[in-house]
Amino acid sequence: MKDSVEPYVTADGRTIGDRMMEMRNITLRFGGVVAIKDISFDIREGEIRAIIGPNGAGKSSMLNVISGFYHPQEGEVWFRGEKRPAMKPYQVAQQGVARTFQNIALFNGMSVLDNVMTGRLRQMKTGLWSQMIWKGPAEREEVENREAVEKIIDFLEIQAIRKTPVGRLPYGLKKRVELARALAAEPDLLLLDEPMAGMNVEEKEDMSRFILDVNDEFGTTIALIEHDMGVVMDLSDRVVVMDYGRKIGDGTPDEVRNNPDVIDAYLGVDHD
Amino acid sequence: MSDQFYYGIEVLLNGLMAGVLYALVALGFVLIYKASGIFNYAQGVMALFAALTLVGIMEGQIPFSHLINAIFGTDLHHFGWEVPALLAILLTVGVMVLFAIAVQRFIFRHLVGQEPIILFMATIGLAYFLEGVGDLMWGSDIKTLDVGIPQGGSFWIEDMTAGLGSENFFGFFIDKLDIVATIVAIVLVAALVAFSQFTKQGRALRAVADDHQAALSVGISLNFIWILVWSIAGFVALVAGIMWGAKSGVQFSLSLIALKALPVLMLGGFTSIPGAIVGGLIIGVGEKLFEFLIGAPYLGGATENWFAYVLALIFLVFRPQGLFGERIIERV
Repeated sequence: MKDSVEPYVTADGRTIGDRMMEMRNITLRFGGVVAIKDISFDIREGEIRAIIGPNGAGKSSMLNVISGFYHPQEGEVWFRGEKRPAMKPYQVAQQGVARTFQNIALFNGMSVLDNVMTGRLRQMKTGLWSQMIWKGPAEREEVENREAVEKIIDFLEIQAIRKTPVGRLPYGLKKRVELARALAAEPDLLLLDEPMAGMNVEEKEDMSRFILDVNDEFGTTIALIEHDMGVVMDLSDRVVVMDYGRKIGDGTPDEVRNNPDVIDAYLGVDHD
Repeated sequence: MSDQFYYGIEVLLNGLMAGVLYALVALGFVLIYKASGIFNYAQGVMALFAALTLVGIMEGQIPFSHLINAIFGTDLHHFGWEVPALLAILLTVGVMVLFAIAVQRFIFRHLVGQEPIILFMATIGLAYFLEGVGDLMWGSDIKTLDVGIPQGGSFWIEDMTAGLGSENFFGFFIDKLDIVATIVAIVLVAALVAFSQFTKQGRALRAVADDHQAALSVGISLNFIWILVWSIAGFVALVAGIMWGAKSGVQFSLSLIALKALPVLMLGGFTSIPGAIVGGLIIGVGEKLFEFLIGAPYLGGATENWFAYVLALIFLVFRPQGLFGERIIERV
């Protein structure tokens, strides 16, 4: 019961494919509080999709629904043309959906390299016994995955801090390490929760560049949340706008920018 | 050098050996606490249960035989075979893994996200439940455990060191069992460290210990890791149970060694594996030396029962996070 959409090619030559993830009439409540109210939208293969909205609009809740941390009371999540049953977050991750967190969730006691290596767990298939024997399959697998991780570390320009415990890094670098860990999983869908929050202008530019490069080079589909409109508009192909748990706009950055409801939500009501 | 000095050294060595056994018990606590934030009060009983099971399997005892006899009026006690020690140890490891799965499946899976005090209470319940099951399964009599570890004082060491100070010094008395226990503990810790540093599951384990949310987001099943960690703790408990059981018989007071692990943990920190080792050694040496130097001559002896706790309390005042525990930083 999947209705597919035609692929198209963007101005900068990337192909945007069929629907990868589809949210259908999602409603999420915490007790009496409605965090998300009857929201539907889709994320298409190869695109950069942004979810924006003021603080408390329900953006992070939406991301948590996609990544399986929250389970909506109503509505359906469709992934790759199939309805997704209620899943634990680790199962969603194993399906190829990686994410970062608004408040950075890294393993502070571990080195940058080890942190990024945890992202490879999905790719590592050897069992407990061969890992305990270590020589043979387990060691080979470790070496292969190490190589993949080194490429990502190279790509995100964090070679210099490979061996540093993550807890000692400054904020901007932590955000980058978290992105590296998510990328290490070679995800089909990458979810970024406020990737630029708390960064200075230079760091924001760096991060924007990395997001575009990831999408371009690896063809990774990206869904990101931001409340800073400016950055998002330059970055994304399509934007969902949320306010008070409802969807008030959905379309290309230009369409959204000229949507009166969106202008109201961001600038306050001003009809004269 | 006076005899007194050499006696002191002997006491110190014996303290180190005793400390190794404390460290083994404390290690089980640290593993579970690190990975799941649960202070497992049942660790001592797990050591007892593992030792009981091992003896039971070795002697071919029929589990729950008292219960079966009471219900059906039979008179069964033994299968009539004896299982070699190594095979029995492997079977016991299997039992401890089943125990880990059951604990996770029936208790802690239902308590995810609860307050630490609730989890702690659950482990207290688990401790008494397990003690009861051990009793029902294998009987409550004191059993001897002989898995072939050499026991008794080492004559070689005694002969080599005799007459060191003067004619009247008869050499160090060191139990062979203690030497074996030390070697086993060193191997066990080295294996654990290697496992957690170099294997995929070890990395996942460290990840879970660090941040649950992040671990979930990279696709780690917390359930699997918790079963793994309880299994490892069960294995450590078995090793501790074998050592203590071989030393003083498998009896129900074995579960009380858990209480000796508490000061070790306060000293070493609840989250540090090296802390458990060093803490155990300090407590072991500390209580033996205190008894030898101050306790026995001036306080009428028997200070070993309480000295460890006093030492731990003094430590708490100056370093509440323990020697190697993570620093407690209050952010304002």
